[in-house]
Amino acid sequence: MHAFKFDAPTLPSEAIEARKRVRAFLAAEGGDGRYVPHRCSWSTFDAQFSQRAGQAGFIGVTWPREYGGQALSSLVRFVITEEMLAAGAPCGAHWVADRQSGPQILRHGSERARREILPRVSRGECFFGIGMSEPDSGSDLAAVRTRARRDGDGWLIDGSKIWTSQAHRVHYLIVLARTGEGGADRHGGLTQFIVDLSAPGVTVRPIHNLSGGHEFNEVFFRDYRVPDDMRLGEEGAGWDMVTGELAFERSGPDRFLSDYRLLAELIDAVGPAPDARQAVEIGRLVAHLAALLRMSTSVAALLDEGRSPNTEAALVKDVGTAFEREIPEIARLLLPLQPSLDDRTQRLSETLAHVVLHAPSFTIRGGTREILRGIIARGLGLR
Amino acid sequence: MTTSAADVELTRVLLEQADRLLRGEVTREVLARADGGEFPEALWRACEDAGLPLALVPEESGGVGLGLAQGLRLIRHLGYHAAPLPLPETMLALMCWCEAGGAPVTGSVTLLGDEGLTLHSSGARFRLSGRALRVPWGASAGHVLVQAHDEAGARYLALLPHALVRAEPVRNLAFEPRDTLNFDRLEVDGSMTRVVPGNRAGSLYLLGALMRAQQMAGAMERCLDYALSYATERQQFGRPIAKFQAIQHMLAEAAGHYAAALAAADLAADAWQTPRFEFNCAIAKARVGEAAGKVAAIVHQVHGAMGFTQEHPLHFSTRRLWSWRDEFGSEAYWQERVGRLVCGAGGAALWPALAGE
Repeated sequence: MHAFKFDAPTLPSEAIEARKRVRAFLAAEGGDGRYVPHRCSWSTFDAQFSQRAGQAGFIGVTWPREYGGQALSSLVRFVITEEMLAAGAPCGAHWVADRQSGPQILRHGSERARREILPRVSRGECFFGIGMSEPDSGSDLAAVRTRARRDGDGWLIDGSKIWTSQAHRVHYLIVLARTGEGGADRHGGLTQFIVDLSAPGVTVRPIHNLSGGHEFNEVFFRDYRVPDDMRLGEEGAGWDMVTGELAFERSGPDRFLSDYRLLAELIDAVGPAPDARQAVEIGRLVAHLAALLRMSTSVAALLDEGRSPNTEAALVKDVGTAFEREIPEIARLLLPLQPSLDDRTQRLSETLAHVVLHAPSFTIRGGTREILRGIIARGLGLR
Repeated sequence: MTTSAADVELTRVLLEQADRLLRGEVTREVLARADGGEFPEALWRACEDAGLPLALVPEESGGVGLGLAQGLRLIRHLGYHAAPLPLPETMLALMCWCEAGGAPVTGSVTLLGDEGLTLHSSGARFRLSGRALRVPWGASAGHVLVQAHDEAGARYLALLPHALVRAEPVRNLAFEPRDTLNFDRLEVDGSMTRVVPGNRAGSLYLLGALMRAQQMAGAMERCLDYALSYATERQQFGRPIAKFQAIQHMLAEAAGHYAAALAAADLAADAWQTPRFEFNCAIAKARVGEAAGKVAAIVHQVHGAMGFTQEHPLHFSTRRLWSWRDEFGSEAYWQERVGRLVCGAGGAALWPALAGE
């Protein structure tokens, strides 16, 4: 069968050094009370925190120096992100730009886009959202109907995007739009654009999620004008760009550490003398986590070598998000605990409440479990 | 642990040789006869000729000198092929015995941890008492390597020849011998004992758990191979059942468990001779054992009624998974160990324990 490779990753010394630096930064941040460890770390938007993280050199570290980066290995970025998540740092503001928008602009953007945008991203002053899903195009991404048509030296965009996290707070979206015929596989005729949300022609409608929070939005474009140098890549090359980034998007530690803080708080609430059931269940979760960490680090090392371990990446996300969803289901049974968003007397109750209400999204965002299993099945030669 | 390029090459050659040998020799007939209680002498001799029992014995003692992490790869192959031999046990027992200063012996060697055994010393002689359950090939192995404590708590290894051991036959679900051994103030000559080196982390029981974890990783890969072939060959409703999304998703889920199991098993193998070895072995047996049950259930579902018969070889692998997950501690046993360590250290200590200081 397909031989999966999860070899022992050897982290370069610059990654080990970065781990020390980011731990010191987070310890100082937490110690000064500038943030409270948050249960859904990378969905928590805190522009001030991101600015401090950028100034401390923790955003866009893999990019060339001329664009505000530090030309470091992608394993350094991997270590920074896993440390941020494990500490419950509110890193949601810069997450998308650091993980995917910045690298896309670097690889496919115009020189102007790179020079104007990337240094601001790495300083933690400029944030991005994802403009892929539409009301009638979720898992079936090739069904996008937002259109971009040529207009003089630029483009006009009409249509709408949905589930656009933080569109009301970020500066830019990368929008996938139809610019031509799709062809038999419908993958042709798609192009990506960098969209400045402060320009005219765009409106944002909030969509509240299960916990009452405002992360999602629906974004409408009407004759929205984009200059041609804010196009990403060749016209019609959008599909390959979107799917080419998926291994990065799916294998990272954000796919199994979203609610890590709940596990850490649960361990403290159970205390040093667990009963047999508590010990078994916590031990089980830790064993799952240890395996996932190795899988994810291995994939990061393969990506760093320039390979495309797409099946392995899909496996990390499928197994990782299943693990994340299990943590609240187990935590609630190990202690006499009822989740509440506003119980200030019991921190774990509040943490649990946030996680329970966010957990359904873990196996949907970034590719549903069902889509991932289809990708894994393809890797196994079943389709 | 770092591995030299020469080690990697040696391992590659040895694994290839072993794979060829096992592919040719571990036939369904051999497996069926082993089920019936017949020891596969020819297979054992072929493995001996290839030097496999001595794979982990240092070269200066006449062995191959493979490192444990590489040796565990070989053990995973043995699990893949369901080799009905105490070869993993022999490899690890001889490694420990030679490490403690003993000389390698020929023939098979089984091993057992120190649960329920005591060693009383009187001068240069020892007396061993107690009862050991489910000892792999306990009645038929040429030697038994026993780990036991004396009254002062010192750890000893004793290599007992077959003739000294009283055994009652018991089999596991795969019909592999898992015998009961009785020691009734058995006289053990000083020449048969060695002090366990003080720096030696972990017990024979721990190594046994890691051995079974690696064998299970191999057996799961075999199960997935069987299931993938079956799903693409078996036609229903006019097409291969692999084309049904329900089947695809079941096998994708099984692949996820297998991938996590593989990662956990190697996490422990790579931690050999580091302070993390015991913790990682516990994680490995816990994670792999859980995956074993889930993968076995899924591959049987995919094989339908055919997998529930002896007409198809799937059972040689799944009956081993159902046995091995409970040997040397079930996942609950190891999960509890991990959980107690983690809770004892507190929530803040978990992340550095996993990601490194």
